[in-house]
Amino acid sequence: MQQLENLYRQIIMDHYKNPRHKGLIDSDRYRTHHIKNPSCGDDITVQSAVKDGIVKDVRHDGSGCSICCSSASVLATLMIGQNIDSAQKLTDNYLNMIMNRPVDENLDLEDALAYQGVKQFPARIKCATIAWKAFEQTLKEWSDNDE
Amino acid sequence: MDAHKLKQCFPILTSQPLIYLDTAASSLTPKRVIATMNEYYTEYPVNVHRGVYQISYKATERYTAARQTIADFINADYEETVFTRGASSALNLIATSYGLNNLTANDEIIVSELEHHSHILPWQQVAKKTGAKLIYVPLNSEGRITTENFKKVLSDQTKVVALTYISNVMGYQTPLEEIIPLAHQKNAIVSVDAAQAAPHKTIDVKKLNCDFLAFSGHKMLGPTGIGILYGKRELLDKLEPVEFGGDMNDQVNLYDAVWKETPYKFETGTPPIAEAIGLAEAVRFLQELDPEAILNHEIALKQKAVEALIKLEGVTVYNPTSETGIIAFNLDGVHPHDAVSFFDQENIALRAGHHCAQLIIQWLKVPATLRASFYAYNTHEDVDTFIEVVKKARDFFTSVGF
Ligand SMILES: Cc1ncc(COP(=O)(O)O)c(C=O)c1O
Repeated sequence: MQQLENLYRQIIMDHYKNPRHKGLIDSDRYRTHHIKNPSCGDDITVQSAVKDGIVKDVRHDGSGCSICCSSASVLATLMIGQNIDSAQKLTDNYLNMIMNRPVDENLDLEDALAYQGVKQFPARIKCATIAWKAFEQTLKEWSDNDE
Repeated sequence: MDAHKLKQCFPILTSQPLIYLDTAASSLTPKRVIATMNEYYTEYPVNVHRGVYQISYKATERYTAARQTIADFINADYEETVFTRGASSALNLIATSYGLNNLTANDEIIVSELEHHSHILPWQQVAKKTGAKLIYVPLNSEGRITTENFKKVLSDQTKVVALTYISNVMGYQTPLEEIIPLAHQKNAIVSVDAAQAAPHKTIDVKKLNCDFLAFSGHKMLGPTGIGILYGKRELLDKLEPVEFGGDMNDQVNLYDAVWKETPYKFETGTPPIAEAIGLAEAVRFLQELDPEAILNHEIALKQKAVEALIKLEGVTVYNPTSETGIIAFNLDGVHPHDAVSFFDQENIALRAGHHCAQLIIQWLKVPATLRASFYAYNTHEDVDTFIEVVKKARDFFTSVGF
Protein backbone atom coordinates (compact mmCIF):
# COMPACT_ATOMS: atom_id res chain seq x y z
CA MET A 1 0.00 0.00 0.00
CA GLN A 2 3.00 2.23 0.59
CA GLN A 3 3.34 2.77 -3.14
CA LEU A 4 -0.24 3.88 -3.54
CA GLU A 5 0.02 6.19 -0.55
CA ASN A 6 3.03 7.73 -2.21
CA LEU A 7 1.22 8.06 -5.48
CA TYR A 8 -1.79 9.82 -4.05
CA ARG A 9 0.36 12.38 -2.31
CA GLN A 10 -1.00 15.57 -0.98
CA ILE A 11 -0.03 17.51 -4.09
CA ILE A 12 -1.95 15.26 -6.41
CA MET A 13 -5.05 15.20 -4.24
CA ASP A 14 -4.88 18.95 -3.78
CA HIS A 15 -4.82 19.62 -7.52
CA TYR A 16 -7.52 16.99 -8.06
CA LYS A 17 -9.86 18.54 -5.53
CA ASN A 18 -8.98 22.17 -6.29
CA PRO A 19 -7.91 22.32 -9.90
CA ARG A 20 -6.14 25.53 -10.97
CA HIS A 21 -6.67 27.20 -14.35
CA LYS A 22 -9.62 24.98 -15.13
CA GLY A 23 -12.15 25.89 -17.82
CA LEU A 24 -11.57 26.64 -21.46
CA ILE A 25 -11.52 30.08 -23.03
CA ASP A 26 -13.04 30.74 -26.40
CA SER A 27 -10.52 33.09 -27.98
CA ASP A 28 -8.12 33.01 -30.90
CA ARG A 29 -5.33 33.84 -28.48
CA TYR A 30 -5.42 30.16 -27.56
CA ARG A 31 -4.35 27.02 -29.32
CA THR A 32 -6.45 24.03 -28.25
CA HIS A 33 -5.81 20.31 -28.28
CA HIS A 34 -8.13 17.51 -27.18
CA ILE A 35 -7.07 13.95 -26.33
CA LYS A 36 -9.26 11.08 -25.35
CA ASN A 37 -8.11 7.75 -24.01
CA PRO A 38 -10.94 5.57 -25.22
CA SER A 39 -10.05 2.60 -23.05
CA CYS A 40 -10.47 4.32 -19.69
CA GLY A 41 -12.53 7.33 -20.64
CA ASP A 42 -9.97 10.01 -19.74
CA ASP A 43 -10.90 12.99 -21.85
CA ILE A 44 -8.83 16.16 -21.59
CA THR A 45 -8.61 19.41 -23.52
CA VAL A 46 -5.62 21.71 -22.99
CA GLN A 47 -5.19 25.26 -24.27
CA SER A 48 -2.16 27.50 -24.33
CA ALA A 49 -1.77 31.19 -25.11
CA VAL A 50 1.69 32.24 -26.23
CA LYS A 51 2.87 35.78 -26.87
CA ASP A 52 6.38 37.00 -27.59
CA GLY A 53 7.70 33.50 -27.03
CA ILE A 54 6.25 33.27 -23.51
CA VAL A 55 3.46 30.96 -22.34
CA LYS A 56 0.98 33.53 -21.05
CA ASP A 57 -1.77 31.15 -20.03
CA VAL A 58 -2.68 27.46 -19.92
CA ARG A 59 -6.23 26.22 -19.49
CA HIS A 60 -7.64 22.72 -19.23
CA ASP A 61 -10.94 20.94 -18.92
CA GLY A 62 -12.26 17.43 -19.14
CA SER A 63 -12.96 14.35 -17.12
CA GLY A 64 -10.98 11.40 -15.95
CA CYS A 65 -9.24 9.83 -13.00
CA SER A 66 -7.42 11.80 -10.31
CA ILE A 67 -4.00 11.30 -11.89
CA CYS A 68 -5.19 12.59 -15.24
CA CYS A 69 -7.17 15.59 -13.99
CA SER A 70 -4.67 16.71 -11.35
CA SER A 71 -1.75 16.50 -13.76
CA ALA A 72 -3.50 18.96 -16.08
CA SER A 73 -3.74 21.44 -13.20
CA VAL A 74 -0.11 20.90 -12.20
CA LEU A 75 0.93 21.32 -15.81
CA ALA A 76 -0.87 24.65 -16.13
CA THR A 77 0.65 25.96 -12.92
CA LEU A 78 4.15 25.00 -14.00
CA MET A 79 3.99 26.26 -17.57
CA ILE A 80 2.54 29.73 -17.18
CA GLY A 81 5.43 32.19 -17.52
CA GLN A 82 7.88 29.80 -19.18
CA ASN A 83 9.30 30.55 -22.59
CA ILE A 84 8.44 28.09 -25.34
CA ASP A 85 11.84 26.49 -25.26
CA SER A 86 11.84 25.72 -21.56
CA ALA A 87 8.17 24.69 -21.70
CA GLN A 88 9.15 22.06 -24.25
CA LYS A 89 12.16 20.97 -22.18
CA LEU A 90 10.06 20.66 -19.02
CA THR A 91 7.51 18.61 -20.94
CA ASP A 92 10.20 16.30 -22.27
CA ASN A 93 11.65 15.97 -18.80
CA TYR A 94 8.29 15.14 -17.26
CA LEU A 95 7.51 12.53 -19.89
CA ASN A 96 10.97 11.01 -19.43
CA MET A 97 10.47 10.88 -15.69
CA ILE A 98 7.13 9.11 -16.01
CA MET A 99 8.45 6.61 -18.53
CA ASN A 100 11.51 5.90 -16.44
CA ARG A 101 13.96 7.32 -18.96
CA PRO A 102 17.00 9.50 -18.08
CA VAL A 103 16.01 12.97 -16.87
CA ASP A 104 17.79 16.29 -16.64
CA GLU A 105 18.18 16.82 -12.89
CA ASN A 106 18.81 20.52 -13.39
CA LEU A 107 15.29 21.25 -14.57
CA ASP A 108 12.85 21.99 -11.78
CA LEU A 109 9.55 20.20 -12.32
CA GLU A 110 8.19 21.62 -9.04
CA ASP A 111 4.84 20.01 -8.11
CA ALA A 112 5.04 17.76 -11.14
CA LEU A 113 7.76 15.78 -9.36
CA ALA A 114 4.96 14.26 -7.32
CA TYR A 115 4.15 12.07 -10.32
CA GLN A 116 7.44 10.17 -10.02
CA GLY A 117 5.50 7.38 -8.35
CA VAL A 118 3.52 6.72 -11.51
CA LYS A 119 6.38 4.72 -12.99
CA GLN A 120 5.59 2.05 -10.40
CA PHE A 121 2.17 1.75 -12.06
CA PRO A 122 2.87 1.24 -15.74
CA ALA A 123 -0.84 0.84 -16.42
CA ARG A 124 -1.34 4.46 -15.27
CA ILE A 125 1.34 6.10 -17.42
CA LYS A 126 -1.30 7.08 -19.95
CA CYS A 127 -3.32 8.84 -17.24
CA ALA A 128 -0.33 10.91 -16.15
CA THR A 129 0.79 11.91 -19.62
CA ILE A 130 -2.38 12.68 -21.52
CA ALA A 131 -2.62 16.37 -20.52
CA TRP A 132 1.07 16.91 -21.14
CA LYS A 133 0.84 15.40 -24.59
CA ALA A 134 -2.09 17.65 -25.39
CA PHE A 135 -0.09 20.65 -24.16
CA GLU A 136 2.86 19.59 -26.29
CA GLN A 137 0.60 19.60 -29.35
CA THR A 138 -0.48 23.17 -28.66
CA LEU A 139 3.17 24.19 -28.34
CA LYS A 140 3.85 22.56 -31.66
CA GLU A 141 1.12 24.61 -33.27
CA TRP A 142 2.66 27.78 -31.88
CA SER A 143 6.09 26.97 -33.24
CA ASP A 144 4.64 25.72 -36.55
CA ASN A 145 3.00 29.05 -37.33
CA ASP A 146 5.40 31.24 -35.37
CA GLU A 147 2.64 32.68 -33.21
CA MET B 1 -17.62 -27.80 -9.30
CA ASP B 2 -14.35 -27.95 -7.38
CA ALA B 3 -12.88 -24.55 -8.17
CA HIS B 4 -9.84 -25.16 -5.95
CA LYS B 5 -8.90 -28.19 -7.97
CA LEU B 6 -9.71 -26.41 -11.19
CA LYS B 7 -7.25 -23.60 -10.37
CA GLN B 8 -4.47 -26.18 -10.69
CA CYS B 9 -5.28 -26.50 -14.39
CA PHE B 10 -4.31 -22.89 -15.08
CA PRO B 11 -0.56 -22.11 -15.08
CA ILE B 12 -1.13 -18.40 -14.39
CA LEU B 13 -3.09 -19.23 -11.23
CA THR B 14 -0.37 -21.49 -9.84
CA SER B 15 2.67 -19.39 -10.74
CA GLN B 16 1.71 -16.20 -8.88
CA PRO B 17 -0.81 -14.85 -6.42
CA LEU B 18 -3.70 -13.70 -8.57
CA ILE B 19 -7.42 -13.34 -8.10
CA TYR B 20 -8.62 -13.09 -11.63
CA LEU B 21 -11.95 -11.33 -11.96
CA ASP B 22 -11.73 -10.28 -15.58
CA THR B 23 -12.92 -13.34 -17.45
CA ALA B 24 -15.54 -11.27 -19.28
CA ALA B 25 -12.60 -9.62 -21.08
CA SER B 26 -10.63 -12.83 -21.60
CA SER B 27 -10.68 -16.16 -19.83
CA LEU B 28 -7.47 -17.78 -18.63
CA THR B 29 -5.91 -20.57 -20.66
CA PRO B 30 -5.80 -24.09 -19.22
CA LYS B 31 -2.66 -26.24 -19.46
CA ARG B 32 -4.29 -28.76 -21.76
CA VAL B 33 -5.19 -26.09 -24.33
CA ILE B 34 -1.64 -24.75 -24.24
CA ALA B 35 -0.32 -28.31 -24.56
CA THR B 36 -2.55 -29.02 -27.55
CA MET B 37 -1.29 -25.93 -29.33
CA ASN B 38 2.31 -26.79 -28.42
CA GLU B 39 1.78 -30.22 -29.87
CA TYR B 40 0.79 -28.67 -33.18
CA TYR B 41 3.87 -26.45 -33.21
CA THR B 42 6.24 -29.26 -32.20
CA GLU B 43 4.81 -32.29 -34.00
CA TYR B 44 3.02 -31.17 -37.16
CA PRO B 45 3.55 -27.41 -37.57
CA VAL B 46 2.56 -27.14 -41.22
CA ASN B 47 -0.17 -25.76 -43.42
CA VAL B 48 -3.52 -27.38 -44.02
CA HIS B 49 -5.26 -28.31 -47.29
CA ARG B 50 -1.99 -27.93 -49.22
CA GLY B 51 0.74 -30.47 -48.61
CA VAL B 52 0.30 -34.13 -49.47
CA TYR B 53 2.96 -35.35 -47.07
CA GLN B 54 2.20 -37.06 -43.78
CA ILE B 55 2.41 -34.25 -41.28
CA SER B 56 0.39 -31.98 -43.52
CA TYR B 57 -2.23 -34.68 -43.68
CA LYS B 58 -2.22 -34.86 -39.90
CA ALA B 59 -2.57 -31.07 -39.61
CA THR B 60 -5.49 -31.06 -42.02
CA GLU B 61 -7.14 -33.92 -40.19
CA ARG B 62 -6.84 -32.24 -36.79
CA TYR B 63 -7.99 -28.92 -38.16
CA THR B 64 -11.02 -30.52 -39.79
CA ALA B 65 -11.87 -32.45 -36.63
CA ALA B 66 -11.58 -29.21 -34.64
CA ARG B 67 -14.26 -27.57 -36.75
CA GLN B 68 -16.55 -30.55 -36.28
CA THR B 69 -16.04 -30.47 -32.49
CA ILE B 70 -16.96 -26.79 -32.39
CA ALA B 71 -19.90 -27.27 -34.74
CA ASP B 72 -21.23 -30.05 -32.49
CA PHE B 73 -20.76 -27.83 -29.46
CA ILE B 74 -23.40 -25.40 -30.77
CA ASN B 75 -25.40 -28.05 -32.64
CA ALA B 76 -24.50 -26.60 -36.04
CA ASP B 77 -23.43 -28.40 -39.20
CA TYR B 78 -19.81 -28.44 -40.28
CA GLU B 79 -20.60 -26.22 -43.28
CA GLU B 80 -22.29 -23.66 -41.05
CA THR B 81 -19.26 -23.16 -38.83
CA VAL B 82 -16.86 -20.53 -40.17
CA PHE B 83 -13.53 -19.72 -38.55
CA THR B 84 -12.86 -16.01 -38.10
CA ARG B 85 -10.37 -13.91 -36.15
CA GLY B 86 -12.89 -13.51 -33.35
CA ALA B 87 -16.41 -12.41 -32.56
CA SER B 88 -15.69 -8.92 -33.90
CA SER B 89 -14.66 -10.10 -37.31
CA ALA B 90 -17.58 -12.56 -37.47
CA LEU B 91 -20.08 -9.81 -36.61
CA ASN B 92 -18.48 -7.56 -39.20
CA LEU B 93 -18.77 -10.26 -41.83
CA ILE B 94 -22.51 -10.59 -41.19
CA ALA B 95 -23.13 -6.85 -41.35
CA THR B 96 -20.88 -6.19 -44.31
CA SER B 97 -21.97 -9.08 -46.44
CA TYR B 98 -25.60 -9.59 -45.48
CA GLY B 99 -26.34 -6.00 -44.52
CA LEU B 100 -24.80 -4.13 -47.42
CA ASN B 101 -26.23 -6.53 -50.00
CA ASN B 102 -29.77 -6.86 -48.66
CA LEU B 103 -30.83 -3.63 -46.98
CA THR B 104 -32.26 -0.45 -48.45
CA ALA B 105 -33.44 2.90 -47.15
CA ASN B 106 -36.89 1.43 -46.40
CA ASP B 107 -35.55 -1.10 -43.93
CA GLU B 108 -34.99 -1.06 -40.20
CA ILE B 109 -32.28 -2.68 -38.08
CA ILE B 110 -33.13 -3.33 -34.44
CA VAL B 111 -30.19 -3.05 -32.04
CA SER B 112 -29.77 -2.16 -28.37
CA GLU B 113 -27.72 0.04 -26.09
CA LEU B 114 -26.44 -3.13 -24.44
CA GLU B 115 -24.43 -4.05 -27.54
CA HIS B 116 -20.67 -4.29 -27.54
CA HIS B 117 -19.10 -1.87 -30.04
CA SER B 118 -18.38 -4.90 -32.23
CA HIS B 119 -22.09 -5.47 -32.74
CA ILE B 120 -23.26 -1.87 -32.97
CA LEU B 121 -20.63 -0.23 -35.20
CA PRO B 122 -20.87 -2.71 -38.11
CA TRP B 123 -24.65 -2.11 -38.29
CA GLN B 124 -24.21 1.63 -37.81
CA GLN B 125 -22.01 1.55 -40.91
CA VAL B 126 -24.60 -0.48 -42.82
CA ALA B 127 -27.24 2.07 -41.83
CA LYS B 128 -25.07 4.94 -43.04
CA LYS B 129 -24.30 3.29 -46.36
CA THR B 130 -27.73 1.88 -47.19
CA GLY B 131 -29.93 4.51 -45.56
CA ALA B 132 -31.60 1.81 -43.42
CA LYS B 133 -32.69 3.03 -39.99
CA LEU B 134 -31.10 1.90 -36.73
CA ILE B 135 -33.81 1.36 -34.13
CA TYR B 136 -32.93 0.91 -30.47
CA VAL B 137 -35.01 -1.38 -28.24
CA PRO B 138 -35.88 0.79 -25.23
CA LEU B 139 -34.24 -0.76 -22.17
CA ASN B 140 -36.36 -1.26 -19.07
CA SER B 141 -35.55 0.48 -15.77
CA GLU B 142 -32.90 -2.13 -14.92
CA GLY B 143 -31.26 -1.75 -18.31
CA ARG B 144 -32.66 -4.96 -19.78
CA ILE B 145 -33.97 -5.87 -23.19
CA THR B 146 -37.48 -7.25 -22.67
CA THR B 147 -39.78 -9.02 -25.10
CA GLU B 148 -42.41 -6.41 -24.29
CA ASN B 149 -40.15 -3.56 -25.36
CA PHE B 150 -38.91 -5.48 -28.36
CA LYS B 151 -42.50 -5.76 -29.61
CA LYS B 152 -42.77 -1.98 -29.48
CA VAL B 153 -40.01 -1.51 -32.04
CA LEU B 154 -40.60 -4.55 -34.24
CA SER B 155 -42.33 -3.50 -37.44
CA ASP B 156 -43.00 -4.56 -41.02
CA GLN B 157 -39.86 -2.63 -41.94
CA THR B 158 -37.63 -4.66 -39.61
CA LYS B 159 -35.14 -6.57 -41.75
CA VAL B 160 -32.42 -7.32 -39.21
CA VAL B 161 -32.41 -7.84 -35.46
CA ALA B 162 -28.89 -7.62 -34.03
CA LEU B 163 -28.80 -8.32 -30.30
CA THR B 164 -26.43 -9.60 -27.70
CA TYR B 165 -27.17 -12.90 -25.97
CA ILE B 166 -25.56 -11.77 -22.72
CA SER B 167 -24.41 -8.21 -22.01
CA ASN B 168 -20.71 -7.86 -21.22
CA VAL B 169 -21.35 -4.99 -18.80
CA MET B 170 -24.64 -5.87 -17.12
CA GLY B 171 -24.53 -9.66 -17.42
CA TYR B 172 -28.20 -9.74 -18.43
CA GLN B 173 -29.49 -12.43 -20.72
CA THR B 174 -31.67 -11.35 -23.62
CA PRO B 175 -34.93 -13.34 -23.99
CA LEU B 176 -33.95 -14.50 -27.47
CA GLU B 177 -36.13 -17.60 -27.26
CA GLU B 178 -39.12 -15.23 -27.38
CA ILE B 179 -37.64 -12.52 -29.57
CA ILE B 180 -36.41 -14.70 -32.44
CA PRO B 181 -39.82 -16.20 -33.38
CA LEU B 182 -41.33 -12.70 -33.31
CA ALA B 183 -38.60 -11.40 -35.61
CA HIS B 184 -39.14 -14.31 -37.97
CA GLN B 185 -42.85 -13.54 -38.20
CA LYS B 186 -41.76 -10.28 -39.83
CA ASN B 187 -39.25 -12.11 -42.04
CA ALA B 188 -36.36 -10.38 -40.32
CA ILE B 189 -33.07 -12.21 -39.79
CA VAL B 190 -31.52 -12.34 -36.32
CA SER B 191 -27.80 -11.89 -35.62
CA VAL B 192 -26.75 -12.97 -32.13
CA ASP B 193 -23.59 -11.83 -30.37
CA ALA B 194 -22.83 -14.86 -28.20
CA ALA B 195 -19.34 -13.79 -27.08
CA GLN B 196 -20.46 -13.70 -23.44
CA ALA B 197 -22.78 -16.69 -23.74
CA ALA B 198 -20.46 -19.34 -25.15
CA PRO B 199 -18.27 -19.58 -21.99
CA HIS B 200 -21.13 -20.84 -19.82
CA LYS B 201 -24.25 -21.58 -21.79
CA THR B 202 -25.12 -24.57 -23.86
CA ILE B 203 -25.90 -22.97 -27.18
CA ASP B 204 -28.13 -24.90 -29.51
CA VAL B 205 -28.40 -22.88 -32.70
CA LYS B 206 -31.11 -25.14 -34.11
CA LYS B 207 -33.31 -24.78 -31.10
CA LEU B 208 -32.60 -21.08 -30.76
CA ASN B 209 -33.26 -20.79 -34.50
CA CYS B 210 -31.05 -17.71 -34.87
CA ASP B 211 -29.84 -16.88 -38.37
CA PHE B 212 -26.32 -15.84 -37.44
CA LEU B 213 -24.33 -16.16 -34.23
CA ALA B 214 -20.78 -15.21 -33.27
CA PHE B 215 -18.33 -15.88 -30.45
CA SER B 216 -14.63 -15.72 -29.57
CA GLY B 217 -12.21 -18.43 -28.46
CA HIS B 218 -10.39 -16.35 -25.85
CA LYS B 219 -13.48 -15.87 -23.69
CA MET B 220 -14.16 -19.61 -23.38
CA LEU B 221 -10.80 -21.04 -22.26
CA GLY B 222 -9.46 -21.03 -25.80
CA PRO B 223 -6.75 -19.04 -27.56
CA THR B 224 -6.88 -15.48 -28.89
CA GLY B 225 -7.07 -14.84 -32.62
CA ILE B 226 -9.92 -17.22 -33.37
CA GLY B 227 -13.68 -17.01 -33.29
CA ILE B 228 -16.70 -18.54 -34.91
CA LEU B 229 -19.35 -17.30 -37.24
CA TYR B 230 -22.37 -19.56 -37.35
CA GLY B 231 -24.89 -18.99 -40.12
CA LYS B 232 -27.80 -21.05 -41.40
CA ARG B 233 -26.70 -23.03 -44.41
CA GLU B 234 -29.16 -21.45 -46.83
CA LEU B 235 -28.04 -17.96 -45.78
CA LEU B 236 -24.34 -18.75 -45.97
CA ASP B 237 -24.83 -20.29 -49.42
CA LYS B 238 -26.19 -16.95 -50.65
CA LEU B 239 -23.76 -14.77 -48.71
CA GLU B 240 -20.87 -13.19 -50.61
CA PRO B 241 -17.38 -13.42 -49.12
CA VAL B 242 -15.84 -10.14 -47.96
CA GLU B 243 -12.21 -11.21 -48.28
CA PHE B 244 -10.72 -12.74 -51.40
CA GLY B 245 -7.54 -14.66 -52.06
CA GLY B 246 -5.92 -18.04 -51.64
CA ASP B 247 -7.88 -21.12 -50.56
CA MET B 248 -11.36 -19.64 -50.90
CA ASN B 249 -11.77 -20.23 -54.64
CA ASP B 250 -12.29 -23.27 -56.88
CA GLN B 251 -11.45 -21.75 -60.21
CA VAL B 252 -9.67 -18.52 -61.10
CA ASN B 253 -9.98 -16.92 -64.53
CA LEU B 254 -8.69 -13.64 -65.88
CA TYR B 255 -11.83 -11.66 -65.16
CA ASP B 256 -13.79 -13.76 -62.71
CA ALA B 257 -13.53 -16.64 -60.32
CA VAL B 258 -15.65 -19.27 -58.65
CA TRP B 259 -15.81 -19.57 -54.87
CA LYS B 260 -15.63 -22.72 -52.86
CA GLU B 261 -18.63 -23.75 -50.81
CA THR B 262 -19.20 -22.52 -47.30
CA PRO B 263 -17.36 -22.42 -44.89
CA TYR B 264 -14.25 -22.23 -47.06
CA LYS B 265 -15.36 -19.31 -49.23
CA PHE B 266 -15.21 -17.09 -46.13
CA GLU B 267 -11.74 -18.23 -45.07
CA THR B 268 -9.07 -16.89 -47.35
CA GLY B 269 -5.41 -17.37 -46.53
CA THR B 270 -3.69 -19.66 -44.07
CA PRO B 271 -6.09 -20.09 -41.17
CA PRO B 272 -5.23 -19.93 -37.47
CA ILE B 273 -4.47 -23.64 -37.31
CA ALA B 274 -3.07 -24.00 -33.81
CA GLU B 275 -5.85 -21.76 -32.54
CA ALA B 276 -8.58 -23.85 -34.18
CA ILE B 277 -7.15 -27.02 -32.69
CA GLY B 278 -6.69 -25.25 -29.35
CA LEU B 279 -10.27 -23.99 -29.38
CA ALA B 280 -11.57 -27.51 -29.98
CA GLU B 281 -9.62 -28.66 -26.92
CA ALA B 282 -11.13 -25.79 -24.92
CA VAL B 283 -14.58 -26.90 -26.05
CA ARG B 284 -13.92 -30.44 -24.84
CA PHE B 285 -12.77 -29.05 -21.51
CA LEU B 286 -15.88 -26.88 -21.22
CA GLN B 287 -18.11 -29.84 -22.02
CA GLU B 288 -16.41 -31.93 -19.33
CA LEU B 289 -16.89 -29.13 -16.82
CA ASP B 290 -20.51 -28.71 -18.00
CA PRO B 291 -21.52 -25.18 -18.98
CA GLU B 292 -24.54 -25.31 -16.69
CA ALA B 293 -22.39 -26.19 -13.68
CA ILE B 294 -20.03 -23.32 -14.53
CA LEU B 295 -22.89 -20.86 -14.72
CA ASN B 296 -24.42 -22.04 -11.44
CA HIS B 297 -21.05 -21.74 -9.74
CA GLU B 298 -20.50 -18.24 -11.11
CA ILE B 299 -23.94 -17.10 -10.07
CA ALA B 300 -23.43 -18.40 -6.55
CA LEU B 301 -20.19 -16.41 -6.27
CA LYS B 302 -21.73 -13.33 -7.81
CA GLN B 303 -24.73 -13.54 -5.54
CA LYS B 304 -22.52 -13.76 -2.47
CA ALA B 305 -20.45 -10.78 -3.64
CA VAL B 306 -23.47 -8.65 -4.54
CA GLU B 307 -25.13 -9.30 -1.19
CA ALA B 308 -21.99 -8.09 0.57
CA LEU B 309 -21.47 -5.12 -1.76
CA ILE B 310 -24.96 -3.69 -1.49
CA LYS B 311 -24.60 -3.60 2.29
CA LEU B 312 -21.48 -1.44 1.99
CA GLU B 313 -21.71 2.29 2.35
CA GLY B 314 -19.94 4.08 -0.52
CA VAL B 315 -20.33 1.34 -3.12
CA THR B 316 -22.86 1.33 -5.97
CA VAL B 317 -23.79 -1.85 -7.84
CA TYR B 318 -25.48 -1.29 -11.20
CA ASN B 319 -26.72 -4.80 -11.97
CA PRO B 320 -27.61 -6.66 -8.77
CA THR B 321 -30.01 -8.96 -10.66
CA SER B 322 -27.67 -10.07 -13.46
CA GLU B 323 -27.89 -13.75 -14.33
CA THR B 324 -24.18 -14.36 -14.90
CA GLY B 325 -20.99 -13.78 -12.92
CA ILE B 326 -20.67 -10.13 -13.96
CA ILE B 327 -20.86 -7.25 -11.45
CA ALA B 328 -20.72 -3.64 -12.68
CA PHE B 329 -20.02 -1.29 -9.78
CA ASN B 330 -18.20 1.80 -8.56
CA LEU B 331 -16.72 3.17 -5.38
CA ASP B 332 -18.67 6.40 -4.93
CA GLY B 333 -16.63 9.45 -5.88
CA VAL B 334 -13.65 7.41 -7.04
CA HIS B 335 -12.88 7.20 -10.73
CA PRO B 336 -12.69 3.50 -11.65
CA HIS B 337 -9.18 3.97 -12.98
CA ASP B 338 -8.02 5.17 -9.59
CA ALA B 339 -9.80 2.28 -7.91
CA VAL B 340 -8.44 -0.38 -10.21
CA SER B 341 -4.83 0.42 -9.23
CA PHE B 342 -5.72 -0.35 -5.63
CA PHE B 343 -7.09 -3.76 -6.59
CA ASP B 344 -4.05 -4.36 -8.76
CA GLN B 345 -1.76 -3.81 -5.78
CA GLU B 346 -3.70 -6.52 -3.98
CA ASN B 347 -3.30 -8.87 -6.96
CA ILE B 348 -6.93 -8.65 -7.96
CA ALA B 349 -7.47 -8.17 -11.68
CA LEU B 350 -10.58 -6.12 -12.44
CA ARG B 351 -11.63 -4.16 -15.47
CA ALA B 352 -12.19 -0.41 -15.38
CA GLY B 353 -13.63 1.68 -18.16
CA HIS B 354 -16.50 1.47 -20.57
CA HIS B 355 -15.83 -2.14 -21.60
CA CYS B 356 -16.23 -1.39 -25.32
CA ALA B 357 -19.88 -0.66 -24.64
CA GLN B 358 -20.12 3.12 -24.39
CA LEU B 359 -23.86 3.15 -25.06
CA ILE B 360 -24.76 1.31 -21.88
CA ILE B 361 -22.25 3.38 -19.88
CA GLN B 362 -24.00 6.51 -21.19
CA TRP B 363 -27.33 4.92 -20.34
CA LEU B 364 -26.08 4.39 -16.77
CA LYS B 365 -25.02 8.06 -16.73
CA VAL B 366 -21.59 7.36 -15.30
CA PRO B 367 -18.18 8.11 -16.87
CA ALA B 368 -17.08 4.48 -16.49
CA THR B 369 -17.45 1.50 -14.18
CA LEU B 370 -15.47 -1.19 -12.47
CA ARG B 371 -16.36 -4.71 -13.55
CA ALA B 372 -15.73 -7.94 -11.71
CA SER B 373 -16.54 -11.13 -13.57
CA PHE B 374 -16.48 -14.49 -11.80
CA TYR B 375 -15.85 -17.76 -13.56
CA ALA B 376 -15.35 -21.48 -12.99
CA TYR B 377 -11.87 -21.08 -11.47
CA ASN B 378 -12.90 -18.49 -8.86
CA THR B 379 -13.55 -19.68 -5.32
CA HIS B 380 -15.62 -18.51 -2.38
CA GLU B 381 -12.34 -17.36 -0.80
CA ASP B 382 -11.77 -15.17 -3.87
CA VAL B 383 -15.11 -13.51 -3.14
CA ASP B 384 -14.19 -12.97 0.53
CA THR B 385 -10.85 -11.41 -0.40
CA PHE B 386 -12.49 -9.28 -3.06
CA ILE B 387 -15.02 -7.89 -0.57
CA GLU B 388 -12.27 -7.19 1.98
CA VAL B 389 -10.29 -5.29 -0.64
CA VAL B 390 -13.36 -3.33 -1.72
CA LYS B 391 -13.69 -2.12 1.87
CA LYS B 392 -9.99 -1.34 2.14
CA ALA B 393 -10.05 0.52 -1.16
CA ARG B 394 -13.05 2.58 -0.17
CA ASP B 395 -11.40 3.47 3.16
CA PHE B 396 -8.09 4.26 1.51
CA PHE B 397 -9.58 6.66 -1.01
CA THR B 398 -11.62 8.33 1.70
CA SER B 399 -8.47 8.73 3.80
CA VAL B 400 -6.50 10.45 1.04
CA GLY B 401 -9.34 12.87 0.43
CA PHE B 402 -11.55 11.55 -2.38
C1 LIG C 1 -20.46 -9.11 -25.88
C2 LIG C 1 -19.20 -9.05 -26.67
N1 LIG C 1 -19.26 -9.00 -28.01
C3 LIG C 1 -18.16 -8.96 -28.77
C4 LIG C 1 -16.90 -8.96 -28.21
C5 LIG C 1 -15.71 -8.88 -29.11
O1 LIG C 1 -14.94 -10.01 -29.03
P1 LIG C 1 -13.49 -10.02 -29.68
O2 LIG C 1 -12.76 -8.86 -29.08
O3 LIG C 1 -12.90 -11.32 -29.26
O4 LIG C 1 -13.64 -9.91 -31.15
C6 LIG C 1 -16.80 -9.01 -26.82
C7 LIG C 1 -15.47 -9.00 -26.19
O5 LIG C 1 -14.96 -8.03 -25.71
C8 LIG C 1 -17.97 -9.06 -26.03
O6 LIG C 1 -17.90 -9.07 -24.71
